[in-house]
Amino acid sequence: MRETDININRVDWITVMIYFALVIIGWFNIYAAVYDGQVDKSIFDTSINSGIQLVWIGTAVAIIIVIMAADYRLFENLAIPIYLVMLVLLLLTPFIGKEVNGQILTIGVGSFRIQPGEFAKFATALALAKFMERPTFDLSKTKYQLQAFGVLLLPIILIILQPDTGTAMVYFSMFIMFYREGLPQKYYVLGLGMITITLLALGIENNLYLAGAIVIIVAILILMGKKTPQQIIGFSVIGIALIAFTYSLDFAVSKLPQHQQNRIMVLFNPDIDPLGVGWNVTQSKIAIGSGGLAGKGYLQGTQTKFDFVPEQHTDFIFCTLGEEFGWLGSLVVISLFVTLLTRLVFMAERQKNRFNRIYGYCVISILMFHFMINIAMTIGLFPVVGIPLPFFSYGGSSLWSFTILLFIFIKMDSARALQLGRMG
Amino acid sequence: MNDQRPVVIIIFVFIVGAVLLTKLFMIQVMDDSFMKRAERNAIQRIVDHPYRGLVYDRNGKLLVYNNPIFDLMIVPKEFEVGDTTRFLELFKISKEQLIESYQAARNYSPVKPSTFIKQISTNDFARIQDFLIDYPGLFIMTRSVRSYPNPIASHALGYIGEISGRQLERDSSGYYVQGDYVGLSGMERFYEDQLRGQKGVKYKMVNVRGIDKGPFKDGEYDTASVAGHNINSSIDMELQKYGEMLMMGKTGSVVAIEPKTGEILSMISAPFYDPNSLTGSDFGKNYTELNKLETKPLFNRPIMATYPPGSIFKIVQSLIGLQEGILTPETTFACNKSLVACHNHPSPVNLFGAIRNSCNPYYHQAFRQIINQEVSSNTYKDTEIGLDEWRDHVLKFGLGGQLGVDMPNEKIGDVPSSKYYNRVYGEGRWKYSTIYSLSIGQGELLVTPLQMANLAAIFANKGYYYTPHLIRAIDGDNTKIPAEYQTKHMVGVDAHHFDMVQDAMAEALYGTATRAIMKDIQIAGKTGTAQNPHGEDHSVFIAFAPKDNPQIAIAVYVENAGWGGRAAASTASLMIEKYLKDSISRPALEEYVLAGNFIY
Repeated sequence: MRETDININRVDWITVMIYFALVIIGWFNIYAAVYDGQVDKSIFDTSINSGIQLVWIGTAVAIIIVIMAADYRLFENLAIPIYLVMLVLLLLTPFIGKEVNGQILTIGVGSFRIQPGEFAKFATALALAKFMERPTFDLSKTKYQLQAFGVLLLPIILIILQPDTGTAMVYFSMFIMFYREGLPQKYYVLGLGMITITLLALGIENNLYLAGAIVIIVAILILMGKKTPQQIIGFSVIGIALIAFTYSLDFAVSKLPQHQQNRIMVLFNPDIDPLGVGWNVTQSKIAIGSGGLAGKGYLQGTQTKFDFVPEQHTDFIFCTLGEEFGWLGSLVVISLFVTLLTRLVFMAERQKNRFNRIYGYCVISILMFHFMINIAMTIGLFPVVGIPLPFFSYGGSSLWSFTILLFIFIKMDSARALQLGRMG
Repeated sequence: MNDQRPVVIIIFVFIVGAVLLTKLFMIQVMDDSFMKRAERNAIQRIVDHPYRGLVYDRNGKLLVYNNPIFDLMIVPKEFEVGDTTRFLELFKISKEQLIESYQAARNYSPVKPSTFIKQISTNDFARIQDFLIDYPGLFIMTRSVRSYPNPIASHALGYIGEISGRQLERDSSGYYVQGDYVGLSGMERFYEDQLRGQKGVKYKMVNVRGIDKGPFKDGEYDTASVAGHNINSSIDMELQKYGEMLMMGKTGSVVAIEPKTGEILSMISAPFYDPNSLTGSDFGKNYTELNKLETKPLFNRPIMATYPPGSIFKIVQSLIGLQEGILTPETTFACNKSLVACHNHPSPVNLFGAIRNSCNPYYHQAFRQIINQEVSSNTYKDTEIGLDEWRDHVLKFGLGGQLGVDMPNEKIGDVPSSKYYNRVYGEGRWKYSTIYSLSIGQGELLVTPLQMANLAAIFANKGYYYTPHLIRAIDGDNTKIPAEYQTKHMVGVDAHHFDMVQDAMAEALYGTATRAIMKDIQIAGKTGTAQNPHGEDHSVFIAFAPKDNPQIAIAVYVENAGWGGRAAASTASLMIEKYLKDSISRPALEEYVLAGNFIY
C-alpha cells in the first residue's frame, strides 16, 4: 500500500495553491510592515522579520513534505498520544516556559521557542475526530455531548491558565464542527439568541427597552402558539430568564477586569478612550481606512510603517494589506479565505470515513474562527483578541501549526481512495 | 437531516466574507475621514520660513538685516531632564518655569514639537549647544529677527512682530498662521508683501513617537522658501543720522524730500527709540515701556502729528490769489492792524513784501477777495461758494487729505469746507468774518509735517509734486516701485507765478531767518510759528535749496521751541548743508542747535 500512498494526482492542488498564495502575500506584507525607507534592507534579510518569516516558510515546506510522505494512518493512530503529549506540554508550560508580558506561552531552548497553545489546536482536532468517529457516537445525546465537550475543555482550561484567553477562545469555534456532526439545532438558536441579546444589552443604554421588547415577543409567541399551559409556562420562563440575563449582564461586565470591560465597550463607542484601549482599534481603522479603493501602493503605507498600529506584523497584519492595497487587496485576500473554506467543506464532505470528515470540519472551524475574528477586530467589529491571521501573520509557531493542521487534512484527502467507507 | 448543514456552513462563510467586505468598503471607500486622520498622524508639515528682505538706504548702505535667533523646541514624550539642578543652571530658568513650559508643551501635544524657550541669544546658544545631546527631546529651531546696524529711522522703517488675532481674521490671503511675524508699522508694514518672501513647506513623515522618518514621497510636494525682496529706501543714512543727532533731546519732526522725485531723504520723529529694542524676545517688554512714556516715542510725528500751518500758508494763499487773478505782484494792501495783529514793517506792501514780511492784514484783505468774488448777491452764499472753490485749490497742494506716503496711519490734517461751517454755525449763519483766520494759516487748518515738506517741494518744483515716498528701488530696480510714486501731480497754479514767490522766500530769510543763510548756497525758506495753547509755540520752518536748482525740500518742526527763525530754521539749514555739501562749515550754529536753548 505504501507505494500508492503518495499520489500527487490525488492531492487537492486548489487548496495547496491557495495556501501558498496566502503565505506569500503574507510574507510580502510582513516585509511592508517592518520596511523602513531610511534603512534599506532586503526582504530576505534575516535581521528583519520578513527574512525570519522566510525561514519559517522554508521549514513549513519541509513539514509539508514530511506530512505528505507519512503514512495516512499515522495521524489516526497517533491522535490520542499526540493529544496527551500536548496536554502535558500545556501543563508544563507555566513552569518551564518564558514569561512575556505576564503570559507564559512558549517553551524551548534559547531563541528556538514554540508555543504549545498553537500546536494544541491540531492535536485537539485529531483527538476530537478520533473520539467522535465511533458509529455509536451521537451528538444529540447528552452523554456524548459531555464527552466531546470534555475533550475540548481540557486544553481550554490549560490555555486559560497561561493565561491566553484569545487562543482558548479558538476552541469554541468547534461549534461549527459540532453543528455538522449533528449537535441539535436548538443549541445554535439559543446561542444566536444569547449573542443577540448580549449585544443588544451592551449596546442599548436602557435595559428597560430591551425587557419590554422581550415581553412583547413572548406575548406574541404565546398568542400564536397552541396556548397549552405547558407552552405558556415554558415561554414565560424563557422570557423571564432573558430579562434576568440582560440585567445580570451589566453586573457581570462590571465585575470583569477594567481592561476587558474597555475592550468590550470600545466596540460600541471607539472614541471612549482613543489613546488607551481605543488606540489599537482606532489606529488600525485609520490605517485600513486610509487605504481607499486601491491602496497607497506597496511599501507606501505610513500608518503601519511608522508604528501607529501596534502588533502590525502579527495580529494586525491585515492593516498593512488594507493600507497598501486598499479595498481591492482586502477583496482578494478575503476571497481567498472564503474560497479556501468553501473548498475545505467540499473536501470534508467527500471523505469516506467519519474520522477524516470530523478532522476536516475541525480545520474549517479553526481557520474560520481565526479569519473572522482577526479581520473583524482590525476593523472594530469585534473586541481585540490576540489571535493571528492564518498563514499571514508573522511567527513560526502559528505558521507551523496552521500548516500542520491543514496539510494533515490534505494528506487524508489525498489518501481517501485507499480508505474503506466507514461512515457513522 | 444533516444534508443541508454543510450548505448552511458554506452560507455562513459567505455571509462572514460579505460582512467583512461591506464594513471594509464603508471605511476604505465611502469614508475619507480616515485618510485625513492618517495624514494628521504621520505627516508633519514643516514651514520653512523665508529670509525677510533687507533694507538699504539710497546709497546702498545697510539699514536693516536679519539676525539669527534660536528657539529651543521640546518633544515632551522624548524629553528627559536628568539632573534637574544642572538643567536649570544650563538653561538659566527656574524650576517653576521648567514645569510650566513642560506642562504647556505637553498639553499641546506629547509627540509634536513646541517652543520650550523662545529666542535664545547667540551667546546662550553657543553655550548650550554642546550639551543638547544630553537632553533627548530638545532641539534648536533657527529663525531670524530684524537687526539695525545704526539705530536710526526707527519710525520710517517700522518694526515686525507676531501677527495679532485681528490681523489673522482680516487676512484673506490665508498666508499667515498664528505666530508668524509681520510688519506692524512703517515700511515693514507697507512693504510686507515684498519683504516677507514666500514660505516654503516640507512634508516630513514621522512615526508614532514623532521621530523623523524622512521626506514624504521623497519631497515631491516640498517647496523651498523664497527670500523676500531687498528694498532700497530713499532715506539718506548719513543725513538721517545727522538729523537725529540734531533733534536729540527735542520733540518734533524733520522731513526732507528730493523735490524732483518725491523721495524722502530723511524722516525724523523725535523723540526716537532704538529700533533694536523692538526685536527679539524683549519686544513685548520694551514696547510696553515705550508705550508708557510720556514723550510718546512710538508716535510717528511726521505723518501723525498735525499743527496749524501758520504763516507758511501765506505762500499758498499768494499762489491761489495769483492763479485766480485776484492778486498780481503789484497788488498792494495796507498793513491795517485793526483787522488782525501784525508786527512792525513798512506799509503798504505789495505781494512780495507781504511774503517777505509775513504781513497778516495783507492776507486778511487778499483772502476776502479770493473768497467773496460776488458770484452770489447773498454774502453768506457767496462766502460758501468762494470757500469751496478756494478749498479745491488748497487740496491740490496735497493738504487736507492723505498724500499716500508708503507708511500706514498717515493723518489727513484739515482743510475745512462749507459743510463743516454749516454744521457748526448753521447754513447762512457764517461769512468771511467767521473764517478769516484761515487767511493766515490759523483757525481750523491743520497740516502734518510731511504735508509741509511736500509744500516746500511744490514751491521748489514751481507747481508740481510727486507723492512723497520712502521707497527708491526694489531689488535694485527703481521701475518696480509703485506706480503712484512715479506720477506727477500738478497743483493747478502756473509755473510763472512761482518765480516771484521763490524770490520772496529767498529774501524772507534775511528778514525772519538769518541763521539759515548760507554764503555759498541760496536757500529759499519761510518761517512759521504754530501756536500752542498748552505752552511755548512750536518752531516751524520750510525751505528748499539751492534756489535755482532745488535738490532738497525740507520741513522742520521743533515743538515748544518758540519762534520759527531759531530752532527750526537753524536745523533745516544744517540739514541742507549736510545733504548738499556732506560737511558742516558752521560749528557754532550746530552747537546752538545741539544745546537746544531756543527760548530767550
